[in-house]
Amino acid sequence: MIVNLERFIALERPRWERLDAMLSRIAEDPWRRLPFDEARELEGLYQRASSDLARLATFAAEPEARRYLENIVARGYTEIHGAPEEARRFRVGLWLTRTLPDTWRRRARAFWFAMALMMAGAVFGGAAIALDPEAKPALIRLPNLQGDPAERVAHEERDRGRGLADRKARFSGMLITNNTQVTLFAMALGMTWGIGTLVLMLQNGVMVGAVAVDYVMAGQTKFLLGWLLPHGVVELPAILMGGQAGFVLAGALLGRGQRMGVAARLGAVKADVVTLCFGATLMLVWAGFVEAFFSQYHEPVLPYAAKMAFGASEFAALALYLAVAGREAAAKPRT
Amino acid sequence: MNGERSDVLHVRTPEGVSFVFRVASPVIRLAALLVDWAVVLAAWSVIATFVRLLAILSEDITGLVGIMLYFALSQGYRIAAEWRWRGQTLGKRLLHLRVVDEQGRRLTFEQIVMRNLLRFVDALPMAYMVGGAVALLNRRGQRLGDLAAGTLVIWEPAEPMPDFELLRGEKYNSLRGNLPVVARLRQSVAPEAARVAWQALVRRDELEAAARVRLFADLAAYFRARTRVPDELVEGVSDEQFVRNVVDVLYVTRG
Repeated sequence: MIVNLERFIALERPRWERLDAMLSRIAEDPWRRLPFDEARELEGLYQRASSDLARLATFAAEPEARRYLENIVARGYTEIHGAPEEARRFRVGLWLTRTLPDTWRRRARAFWFAMALMMAGAVFGGAAIALDPEAKPALIRLPNLQGDPAERVAHEERDRGRGLADRKARFSGMLITNNTQVTLFAMALGMTWGIGTLVLMLQNGVMVGAVAVDYVMAGQTKFLLGWLLPHGVVELPAILMGGQAGFVLAGALLGRGQRMGVAARLGAVKADVVTLCFGATLMLVWAGFVEAFFSQYHEPVLPYAAKMAFGASEFAALALYLAVAGREAAAKPRT
Repeated sequence: MNGERSDVLHVRTPEGVSFVFRVASPVIRLAALLVDWAVVLAAWSVIATFVRLLAILSEDITGLVGIMLYFALSQGYRIAAEWRWRGQTLGKRLLHLRVVDEQGRRLTFEQIVMRNLLRFVDALPMAYMVGGAVALLNRRGQRLGDLAAGTLVIWEPAEPMPDFELLRGEKYNSLRGNLPVVARLRQSVAPEAARVAWQALVRRDELEAAARVRLFADLAAYFRARTRVPDELVEGVSDEQFVRNVVDVLYVTRG
């Protein structure tokens, strides 16, 4: 054992305290980059504290000193062995123009899978309401869509958007938060080996299909497209993106054809999952405002053709963005 | 989600040094969660007061700002706090908990976001029943969010510097004058026993008088059994003072 623990600690204590103070300063700013001299000093102090800890542990000295040292060595280890690549300062522009579309493309299979499920659900929902209109309350859970579509269209066109007067902003907030929760939930359900995500995608598809066929059968196709396209062309892809993130997570959990362990597989996808979640959230903010401030106005206030054209333009822009943005930069090797 | 439940996570650094993280129990984590809920509610009650002032401009805008801010606060508070304070929220700070990477490395922003977004599933069907059940079954106490993010929550109580003042008694240490005894004690006393004696001295005031007398009698008997101590060195010395003298010569070299 260390026979002169007091002297040992008295000698080393200033260095431990210096290391402790440096680590606390670093902890104050997660993005702080250490100047070269400071980084070198930090490493030196950490090495010294590590060696002190090894001495204390080997000679089994009293526990307080060891725990104190363990604490600062653990913190130092965290700082020194952190991934510098991941600690780089976040750049919004780079993320929007490259990271998000690039991630979406790399994980596109999961997106198409989510879309296939939603379409399967839509086919089922549409067929079910066509064959059995009585099933409407079970298929469409939203109370405002339970009535006769023709009556609703007549009411909306008479109302000229006054129904939402003085509450459009609040309505947009509710849409954004509700849809974001659903989307993030779709991602989180990926941890159920994708089963929950799968059910959620089908369920959403069933409702979309049932509503669409209900309006088409009532002869309100033009209203339907004018009402849904402006926000739906962004909202549905956003929800699908949540499903995409969920299936990426589920894929890592299942690990079919991969040799890595489950922790390594999850570690490899987490940045992509988070990127997709943030992307979906941004899209839902846009969709929420469009739904509240634009989609709810119908003819004669806004011509359906103009609303459809707006929706088509949004869709084209989104598709172009996801397919092309940052492709060239992503193809170049990083320097 | 297999293997025996462990209270510690051993990390061995590339420098060959080992240290341990003490894994936080689900119960203490639940307590931190409750504190954080209270923090969100308290913060919201303050923010809502200011948001309501916007009603002077527009009731509608007030509604939008309120909904968005509450959503951002309830979902973003933990993310922001854990990122800003290196794996700690106010609740975790209060209870000395910290989120760490399961390899002991620096937490990344993605890890923090991931573990917090997975609360949507961990919180199912109510009161974190899924997350709690998974944490109880998991040997590192990880809920689904921790498993997905590669994180775990550790308990790190404040570690004060060891206090040597307790050995600085003014009393004469009779053992110091006998170097063979000191040398034999240093050779024969196991580190664990020395540590127990040290802790007994540190915590002497927390013990009831009778228990304290018994404990120091046992420790003194142990030390006497390890090495023969001449009677003149311990004559008139209480068991507690004898233990104090032994610890003094084991840990401190004077000269």
